[in-house]
Amino acid sequence: MIIGGILVITRKNAVHSAMALITTLLAQAGIYLMLYAPFVAGVQIILYAGGIMVLFLFVIMLISIERNMKERQFNKQWLVGIAAAAALGGLFIAVYTKGKSLFPEGRLNFGEAQNTQGVAALLYDQHQGMYMFSFEIASLLLLVAIIGAVVMAKKRI
Amino acid sequence: MLHISTLHYLVLGAALFLLGVIGVLTRRNVVIVLMSIELILNAVNLNLVAFSRYWQGIHGPTALHGQVFAIFVITDAAAEAAVGLGILIAFFRNKETVNIDEVNLLKW
Repeated sequence: MIIGGILVITRKNAVHSAMALITTLLAQAGIYLMLYAPFVAGVQIILYAGGIMVLFLFVIMLISIERNMKERQFNKQWLVGIAAAAALGGLFIAVYTKGKSLFPEGRLNFGEAQNTQGVAALLYDQHQGMYMFSFEIASLLLLVAIIGAVVMAKKRI
Repeated sequence: MLHISTLHYLVLGAALFLLGVIGVLTRRNVVIVLMSIELILNAVNLNLVAFSRYWQGIHGPTALHGQVFAIFVITDAAAEAAVGLGILIAFFRNKETVNIDEVNLLKW
């Protein structure tokens, strides 16, 4: 997954970057399976790798990117960018080495047999579910995103 | 064999987040910047699902709040990718280039 991420940010050809991102997303679905989350892994494969990346590839096909591949690829401020990212990395290392004792190394016994029912219970159940409102707001967000994308990409409004 | 605890997943999420941040700050091509933003969102999702597994160890097998939040983040990433690519298409139609440092019409 790390190799896929490095390939995403360093390839000159945008289609190569998109393929590397697809492999990163599939590797991430595998890690979700390791974390006993099969529903999120399925959603990730179908939505992310099968929907969003296809959308990215369509847009890469629409814009003429061959001329861009011959130009300079990295920003004028790449040094400052990498310095900022190194500062962020230092912050992460400081946090994780200080807080290493917070996560005990217990091994959990139950598997994922009831996972989808559990997720559905949190979303939809009458006594246990608390995410129904967020669910409706997410559908409203998707409606707004559809209208926004159509308006932005039209030729004449 | 080493037991993979929560901390290992968090470090992996942090590494992916760093790669996404480097991609956003460094590349000129707008499409690759948008793909780096997707990398950042994936790193956040990995953190959420790792913490959901940790929470399951404390509160029982139905404490799946992190996974529900991760599903919402995936939905939100889809919406934002669609709108971002729409903006990219509109921008490309006006200026015929996909480099970010040529978006300088408001520069003084």
